Amino acid sequence: MSNGHDTENSIDLAPGDEHVEGGVGLRVLGYLTGLALAILLTATSFFVAGTDLVWQPSIPVALIVLAIAQMGVHLVFFLHITTGPDNTNNVLALAFGVLIVLLVIGGSVWIMANLNHNMMPMDQIMQMQR
Amino acid sequence: MLGKLGWSVIPFDQPIPLFVGAVVLVVILGVIAWVIVAGHFPYLWREWITSVDHKRIGVMYTLLAMVMLLRGFSDAIMMRAQQAIAYHSNGYLPPEHFNQIFSAHGTIMIFFVGMPFVIGLMNLVVPLQLGVRDVAFPTLNSVGFWLTATGALLVNISLVVGEFARTGWLPYPPLSELTYSPGVGVDYYLWSLEISGVGTLVAGINLVTTVLKLRTKGMTYLRMPMFCWTTLASNLLIVAAFPILTATLAMLILDRNFGFHFFTNEAGGNVMMFMNLIWAWGHPEVYILVLPAFGIFSEVVSTFSCKPLFGYRSMVLATMAICLISFMVWLHHFFTMGAGPDVNAIFGIASMIIAVPTGVKIYNWLFTMYGGRIRFATPMMWSIGFMVTFIIGGLTGVLVAVPPADFLLHNSLFLVAHFHNVIIGGVLFGAFAGYNYWFPKAFGFRLHEGLGKAAFWFWLSGFYFAFMPLYALGFLGMTRRMQHYDVAQWRPWLIAAAFGAILILIGIIFQVAQLVVSIRRRAELRDRTGDPWDGRSLEWATASPPPAFNFAISPNVTGVDAYWAIKAHAKQQDLEKREPDYADIEMPRNSPTGFVCAFFATVMGFALIWHIWWMVAVGGVGAFATFVAFAWRDHDEYVIPAAEVARIDRAIIAERRALLGLAGSP
Repeated sequence: MSNGHDTENSIDLAPGDEHVEGGVGLRVLGYLTGLALAILLTATSFFVAGTDLVWQPSIPVALIVLAIAQMGVHLVFFLHITTGPDNTNNVLALAFGVLIVLLVIGGSVWIMANLNHNMMPMDQIMQMQR
Repeated sequence: MLGKLGWSVIPFDQPIPLFVGAVVLVVILGVIAWVIVAGHFPYLWREWITSVDHKRIGVMYTLLAMVMLLRGFSDAIMMRAQQAIAYHSNGYLPPEHFNQIFSAHGTIMIFFVGMPFVIGLMNLVVPLQLGVRDVAFPTLNSVGFWLTATGALLVNISLVVGEFARTGWLPYPPLSELTYSPGVGVDYYLWSLEISGVGTLVAGINLVTTVLKLRTKGMTYLRMPMFCWTTLASNLLIVAAFPILTATLAMLILDRNFGFHFFTNEAGGNVMMFMNLIWAWGHPEVYILVLPAFGIFSEVVSTFSCKPLFGYRSMVLATMAICLISFMVWLHHFFTMGAGPDVNAIFGIASMIIAVPTGVKIYNWLFTMYGGRIRFATPMMWSIGFMVTFIIGGLTGVLVAVPPADFLLHNSLFLVAHFHNVIIGGVLFGAFAGYNYWFPKAFGFRLHEGLGKAAFWFWLSGFYFAFMPLYALGFLGMTRRMQHYDVAQWRPWLIAAAFGAILILIGIIFQVAQLVVSIRRRAELRDRTGDPWDGRSLEWATASPPPAFNFAISPNVTGVDAYWAIKAHAKQQDLEKREPDYADIEMPRNSPTGFVCAFFATVMGFALIWHIWWMVAVGGVGAFATFVAFAWRDHDEYVIPAAEVARIDRAIIAERRALLGLAGSP
């Protein structure tokens, strides 16, 4: 499994497969680290949502940042996305998925907002129907 | 006990569907009875129904598509006949029946003709072109096919039991909501597409994984045949887009069955969200269909011009550009539904930009032909017919991509002419080219050339007679889906269109005749070389039909046009004399999982449509139990011993040597 640098023979790993030098102990340690970080981020989110220790308008931003960090923790520790050459396909698949989601959601939000903006106010439609 | 089901749902008062349904039922029961009486059932079960061989599954997909093409075309010719008659009269089809026919025509042609045809050809050819022995997930492949067949079956059951949707091929709310469509028609549509959509999704995952992970030695991305590239692009789009369709239809199901308000006019629902989501799937869908066809044309044009494909890298780039831009244009399907000028302008420009990579492809094919030694075999005829026809369709497409023009042409017959122009001229001609091109590979004998060319000429002329008048009618202001009309000007054009449909009918009759005649004369049409067209890619390197394991020895690829290089090399070296080292080959075992799962899915889908809740539970539990039983099986592979591989491969080599007039074998 050390020929990952050779593009001709590189063996791509499926998400979840990993080749860690060392035994089960090291893997369990990885999962435990991930779990600890995930719990920490979740707890922080709940704490931030209810606190008045920080400036109020910053709370939504803080929650978004914590959520993105949470995704990162899941990708790295549980789905084992790395930057290594054995992970090219997984990274590309993730990038493609994120791009499509952004295009579809962003496009939908933009289109629907534009449609609503152009829509005649409801009371005027009601008047026209009389 | 039986939900909404009762004797009243069978349309005894409508003679046409009842008569057709009865004939089809008699034919199906007759075929099943003949299969069982003649003792063919064990063979069919063992070798086809439970098969996980990608070649067999590909053939079954294609067969499903061709049978459903007959159904979809019957709908088409009935509509053309109705519109040719219905000037100042009601014609012969009552409105509620006419509406079901155009809805069923669109649904069937897209989901059960176009999709299975291209997926079938991809299944058959891509593993062979990549030089591998099967797809990545063979049993999943079988599940995908049988779920698609389930969807097709449910749509056809609606002909006799109940009714089909009257909402068009995309069920726009609020018409498709319970208030305005209280019958089971929309439910038939929704559940058959939910089930077959799962089948399509797993086929997409399977083929993406196959192209990314299973390539033979030396088959780098930039050495793959163009058809493999378009397969990759098309299936990436399936994986990205079909979940949107599934989710959107699921929301409509929730609206109809559980009182949700996603797309209703009341309680915060938004009808436009349906248009938005359905076309976010719908536009990539047209490229899912046409990209594999582009791949087929690339293979065919290069083979029959005896030249490598011109501009291979630009072709790859164009394919991937289309793959990406196809996700940025969906609003052009509803320019007229309330978006402002900035949104319309951006999506209009994006829609025009996507014509650029398509134009690159057209020029590449033309330059491939330029200076080549062109052989006008049937697949090549379809390809040339495609180029001429598709350019017209593409140009009218750029025209309707201009928002102000679209405001005049939206929902007119001009639009109908445009999308038939690209779907028939692009997807269907491509599928027919691929069918004629790869048939000898699948079955070991060619299709009859003369009948194939006759079919081509009738299809081509029929297409122009049927759809060019619709462009004119669009300019004359005729909208789509009209059951009757009072404008005298329209009538001559509609009669011409009906004449075109008759020409296409003759083309289809020739295609059926071609198949029948070819099967009867298979001895003289036999392809003993495995390479009937002097092909360039690896599928021609093995025998026709290929053995179960495809390649006795995994081929080693050194460049684009892998088999062409092997042939040139062999001529120089007077064929390789050395016997290769044969090894045992492990192949996946056949499994009835797909068929049994689809059986339970059919039961469940039918029960969901008719609200027979106990039967829903039976179907759901059955399908899940099948999955569990499959997951727990111990033996998933069998071994073909090296001696058997050697015996089969030696026979293939001996046959080729005999044909080349070389005496003796090693």
